[in-house]
Amino acid sequence: MITRVDSTDHPLALQELSDRTDLTPKVIDEFLASRSFPLVEGNLVTFVFRGPADAVYLHQWIYGMPSAQPFARLKETDLWYLAQEIPEKSRIEYKLEVVEGRTHRLIQDPLNTALARDPFGANSVCHGAGYEVPDWTEPDPEARTGKVEEITIDSKAFGEPRGVSVYLPARYRPDRRYALLIAHDGGDYVKYSGFKTVLDNLIHRLEIPSMIVALTHPRARLREYANDENHAKFVVEELIPHLEKTYPLLDDPSTRGLLGASFGGVASLSTAARYPDAFGRLFLQSGSFAFTDIGPHQRGPAFDPVVEFVNSYRKRPFPLAEKVYLTCGVYESLIYENRSLLPILQSTGMDVRFVESRDGHNWENWRDTFRGGLSWLYPGPLWMVYE
Amino acid sequence: MRPITLLGPQRLKPTIIESVKALKIKGSIATVTAGWQEREDEDEELDEHLGGKTVNLRLYHRTAAIMKADPKLHDALRDRQNRLKELQKLYRLRLGHELQAARDLLAVEGDGDILLDQQEAALEDLRRLDQSHLHRVRRIHDDFEHEHSLDTHEEVAKHRAEVQKTLSECAALAVAGGHVAILLNRLRLLDVAKASKEMPLFLWSAGAMAFSERVVLFHDSPPQGQGNPEVLEVGLGCVKGLIPLPHARRRLRLYDRTRVSLFARRFQDSQCIAFDEGSHLRFDRKGKRDVERARRLLATGELEEMRP
Repeated sequence: MITRVDSTDHPLALQELSDRTDLTPKVIDEFLASRSFPLVEGNLVTFVFRGPADAVYLHQWIYGMPSAQPFARLKETDLWYLAQEIPEKSRIEYKLEVVEGRTHRLIQDPLNTALARDPFGANSVCHGAGYEVPDWTEPDPEARTGKVEEITIDSKAFGEPRGVSVYLPARYRPDRRYALLIAHDGGDYVKYSGFKTVLDNLIHRLEIPSMIVALTHPRARLREYANDENHAKFVVEELIPHLEKTYPLLDDPSTRGLLGASFGGVASLSTAARYPDAFGRLFLQSGSFAFTDIGPHQRGPAFDPVVEFVNSYRKRPFPLAEKVYLTCGVYESLIYENRSLLPILQSTGMDVRFVESRDGHNWENWRDTFRGGLSWLYPGPLWMVYE
Repeated sequence: MRPITLLGPQRLKPTIIESVKALKIKGSIATVTAGWQEREDEDEELDEHLGGKTVNLRLYHRTAAIMKADPKLHDALRDRQNRLKELQKLYRLRLGHELQAARDLLAVEGDGDILLDQQEAALEDLRRLDQSHLHRVRRIHDDFEHEHSLDTHEEVAKHRAEVQKTLSECAALAVAGGHVAILLNRLRLLDVAKASKEMPLFLWSAGAMAFSERVVLFHDSPPQGQGNPEVLEVGLGCVKGLIPLPHARRRLRLYDRTRVSLFARRFQDSQCIAFDEGSHLRFDRKGKRDVERARRLLATGELEEMRP
């Protein structure tokens, strides 16, 4: 019996299938062809796999849930299923582990074409009831498009040249002055979070001002982003002066910001901590703000400098910017660290906004918080402009 | 009667030429694109659409020249703007509470006389707040005029005269949208409403808002805040009895009957009219109305397609 968890009395689709007396392969074929998967029925999501297998497991990266959950076989068929409660408006990334004899295959869901890409590949993605991909993340034919230029900084801090992509808004004019945002992992934001499309759309909608965004590309990411002095020096003493010489930037720190996700969040926070007067805006997404209250941490050596930095900042917090927009998915292990950081940031008098999403540690989660974060940090002229 | 044409947004599908032809306008058309700010001169598409017969009044650039030549006036205008900004901020605080009260009361189900009376009272409080705000805005402008009488400023007088001369050589005036406060301030500084006298007007977006009796800012789904429509300014008053709502499809939740009803009832002394691409509302010299795709917000929360 498959239990349903919402209040309607309509039987679940898989239960209806299970109740049939003529459960032939053809009936199953028709069932699969007539629906999209996973089956989302209220707050119950049923994952389905069909094929030869001795066992099937659901792998998802939800903090607090078992990492592998077994499917059940539907009677004597080759159809496997797992029904799971997924709170509304959730976004879940997952893979299926199919076991046949001694062979274990980790695969994308063959019945679901929706994929979420990240630097390591792609996962299947399940949208819980009520989740919709925000319309401002899709290309808008009415929106004017900005362009991306490539520049190279001959970096003394890193001892090598570093390429940076620079987003210039549509109708960019050299005789006008612009706010600046520096986005860590900028290339990945563009590739996996549709960042350029989002910027084009939000500027078109007047929800943020026309602004310049520097998209940085790390080489040794885990080292450079973990409170690295050279990285901070590169950003503040090399990149910004170069941008100031090349582009018409507003010179008020309140118009300068840092953006970063995961270790990029640490890079943003630690760079602002090393140069507390340089930035007025911080946008920290699922920051890897690991810390310890006692004893060693359990997150591996890459986190050693992070823990040292976060512990130090927690001990003696000080203001880093005027406004900080902090986000984290509730299905991430980092939710604890981010929730813990909130009161510490607030205690310094900074204007801090914290937003949780029903999502995991991925680029689409970070994409979905762009509108709220960017429009709060950099309010656009929406209210006054009627073109 | 001055012919007035209110149009939907013109960027993607310009339709102004159709109204120009319908009113049999011959000769050059003066244009105002000051709402585009530093892009004021980027009016090639508009000029091309109007057959290359436009003369841009360049109010944005003229204002910059006046400010440069007359720093005392510049300071005085900045001071006035700061006072208006502070007033707006405080009005907005009061407005948030009044609007919430009205929304809460309108959400109560029922049609008993006590409830209806309370709902109407909340709306009346809102109207009173809007009126008193407008009164205070007007007083700031009156005080400024009284103290600075703009015509006595040499640079202002010079540019006003030039604008007037250009207008006298044109057959109509077209005012585009953009930043509504920047546009309105420049129209006011250069005295365009008076200088354009009985000329036919073609107005869209912020241009239509600036020429109405009061400027109402609106957006039902901003990324931040509740999206409370607010009265910003006293308009130039050439367009009477209506509140133009440009880009209504994008900016308003027109399917939300409660919001539509509240808007229409709050501003019940005017017709609140939604303008989108392809809309127009035209009055000729005899006051005869022609309309296409303009929709009126009704107190019932519905939208009514306007008819000629």
